[in-house]
Amino acid sequence: MAFYVVQFLTGLASAASLFLVASGLSIIFGVTRIVNFAHGAFYMLGAYVAFTLTERFSGAFGFWGGIVVAALAVAAIGVLVEMVLLRRIYHSPELFQLLATFGLTLMVEDLVVLIWGPDDLVGRRAPGFKGAIDFFGQNIPSYDLFLIVLGPVVLGVLWLLFQRTRWGVLVRAATQDRDMVAALGVNQKWLFTSVFALGVFLAALGGALQIPRDAVNHAMDLRVIVEVFVVVVIGGLGSIIGAFVAAVLVSELNAFGILIFPKISIILVFLVMAVVLIVRPWGLFGKPEAPVRRTPGLTVNPWRPLTANERLAAIAVLVVAAALPFVAGNYVLTVGSEIAIFVIFAVSLHFLMSVGGLASFGHAAYFGLGAYGVALLAKMAGLPMIACLLLGPLLGLLGAAVFGFFAVQLSGVYFAMLTLAFAQIVWSIAFQWVSVTGGDNGILGVWPEKWAASPSHFYWLSLGIAALAVVILRIIVFSPFGFALRATRDSPLRSEAVGINGKRIQWTAFVIAGTVAGLAGALFAYLKGSVFPDNMGISLSVDALVMVLLGGVETVSGAVVGAIVYKALNIWLVSQTDWSKLVLGAFVVLIVVAFPKGIVGTLEAFLHRRRKSSSSASPVLTSRIETAE
Amino acid sequence: MKLTVKDLNSFYGPAHILFDIALEVGEGEVVALLGRNGAGKSTTFRSIVGLVENRSGRVMFEGRDVSDLPTHAIVRGGLGYVPEERRIFTDLTVEENLEVGRQPKRPGAPQWDRDKLFKLFPNLGEMRGRPGGRMSGGEQQMLTIARTLMGNPSLVLLDEPSEGLSPKIVEQMVDAILAMKKEGVSIVVSEQNLHFARLISDRAYIIERGRICFGGTMAELDARPDVRDAHLSL
Repeated sequence: MAFYVVQFLTGLASAASLFLVASGLSIIFGVTRIVNFAHGAFYMLGAYVAFTLTERFSGAFGFWGGIVVAALAVAAIGVLVEMVLLRRIYHSPELFQLLATFGLTLMVEDLVVLIWGPDDLVGRRAPGFKGAIDFFGQNIPSYDLFLIVLGPVVLGVLWLLFQRTRWGVLVRAATQDRDMVAALGVNQKWLFTSVFALGVFLAALGGALQIPRDAVNHAMDLRVIVEVFVVVVIGGLGSIIGAFVAAVLVSELNAFGILIFPKISIILVFLVMAVVLIVRPWGLFGKPEAPVRRTPGLTVNPWRPLTANERLAAIAVLVVAAALPFVAGNYVLTVGSEIAIFVIFAVSLHFLMSVGGLASFGHAAYFGLGAYGVALLAKMAGLPMIACLLLGPLLGLLGAAVFGFFAVQLSGVYFAMLTLAFAQIVWSIAFQWVSVTGGDNGILGVWPEKWAASPSHFYWLSLGIAALAVVILRIIVFSPFGFALRATRDSPLRSEAVGINGKRIQWTAFVIAGTVAGLAGALFAYLKGSVFPDNMGISLSVDALVMVLLGGVETVSGAVVGAIVYKALNIWLVSQTDWSKLVLGAFVVLIVVAFPKGIVGTLEAFLHRRRKSSSSASPVLTSRIETAE
Repeated sequence: MKLTVKDLNSFYGPAHILFDIALEVGEGEVVALLGRNGAGKSTTFRSIVGLVENRSGRVMFEGRDVSDLPTHAIVRGGLGYVPEERRIFTDLTVEENLEVGRQPKRPGAPQWDRDKLFKLFPNLGEMRGRPGGRMSGGEQQMLTIARTLMGNPSLVLLDEPSEGLSPKIVEQMVDAILAMKKEGVSIVVSEQNLHFARLISDRAYIIERGRICFGGTMAELDARPDVRDAHLSL
């Protein structure tokens, strides 16, 4: 019994930090409507800065002072980020905001390694809380008791701040209607900045307080951000009480899950989140938001199929690409195959995101399922390669059919988070189900058969399938199904009113996208000769998002260009610099701020303008697309 | 002149909404902006306070050009705005809603505080702790006006204050607007309802398809039944 009580208390202590970080994220989202992916990075920075300060200054004063000063210093960095970066993207679609803050996370990850080195750092114990307290033969670290008390204290302070101060009233008002607050004479800019500063302060404090419990390392940001996403989604985005309750719930699930279901401890939390989202999509303490029309891009240009000339040009480009094996060596061909595979992956996400309006943050799950499908069929069933390539993606289809059914019930940020959670479930299964998937060691020795084994043959195979995938998806875009999908994206209510079953259309699109991603994964397994859990990890999902964004969200096939440029750049960068994440992160931030239309979108806009100015004054379409609600 | 608007043009995306709007409001005057649904009344107000991004023209308030200021700066200068859709903060109590609107005292402008406003709108005084979401439409309309008055404005843009209210509440609204005028607040009130406008206004403009097509005193408007019938649905 005593053991369970101690386990419970350990859970509560973990909840304290999680609550600090989650409440910060929630407060920021409430007012600015930005889901701050970089919140984990600020948490990590808080821990690193606190480590340095507490090492430098001795004594109790040095320790506690160091913790607070670290949180303040990181908050100051947060203010800088808000003023320089976020102020430029408050009016961008949420996907851009998520990506910009993710780019920031990548940069911070490399920066901390640059400054503090790659090794884990073990910090000081907290003065006055070094010992443990005996509880019926079980030890409870006294620092844990301190954290258990701290959580509710912070909750109380935040409550007072929001209920009893003018600033709190303004923040609550802005959470509901920020334009109206401005129309009453309040300077939104500073309100946003101060809210962001408070949120980052809480995250950094959460990180700093972890030093006596855990080693500081440069991967703690992603670990915490996934947990924090889960917490705010369960608790309800924007609700502080919700963040507290959910932080306790998640921490206890972790603490007891590991005892009761050691095999599925990681996915237990995600299962709870999925259930909560399905039953109460806005979280336990959140409020349902009015359905708003959200276009993934900034403006909607009318899409049209390629003209005859453009088709010829596309075929010419394909022919040139197919001629590559006659001039290039094996390394280039392998890179070429990889790029072709990522073209397939990127267009599948683009189809879901741009055509369907559903920005998935876990698309790698279906890529990875396809890869594992092939690996399992090839290694266990010993099927021939053609059969594996045809059947492997079906695992992606199956996963997309199951998860997609739940995911399309939601939209916007919640859709993104649910898909992320599903991807983490799939990743956890691959990671933990060692007997089947090999766990972290993956499945090795998945090699193509002789006819496809040479780099040039495999390149032609990948290129051919990529071309086929792009053509088929384009045909779907301009089919009645594609029209219905776009109608549902642009106005769910109106399309419903003309008899379109929006959810089923979106579900179908999700399954199509998942299957095509699975195909890409199947090829990838053969290219690498192995599969690993990382083939379905978060970073791969984000890679796909960046490819789509880079190509242009509003275009029909921009993802093709986005995938080629991004993948080539990525491979080149990794070979050139040790700080590829820093460069890549800066690159992502730059695109979001400077070229939100992406490469193809920017080109299209440029050509459109030229065509318009050259043709005689045609009557301007006085459409009211943007004012329509 | 308290407020002078010249050559105001506004756009929503590619659509041109307002065409060369010109308005003048004198010190302490109540001016009605009349027009049918969709004529451009709300867009005119939103453009004046800077809530429409794509606009051109001049807005002079108390002799100062405020055309290029952000919304909050215009409002802080004493130009209050009461939106059409009320936009009460439903999670906040009556007192908290008023708190959001509170601004420092401004020399020369009429001063308001909670107690004075509760005298003007006695209903509100009886529900200080009630969340805005649990109030009737009429009470919400009073609260939006009171909330804007907490900023001690010298001029208020009132967007369709009588819309959707019962005749009894409309009467109270007339009294409240006249009381505001008595305190020295200049008011521009947009209306579809000519009878309501006649009860409170000194002068009127008629707006139709984004253009001002009449300006004059209420008596002048009454002398032109043709204008009235052409541009206002009665």
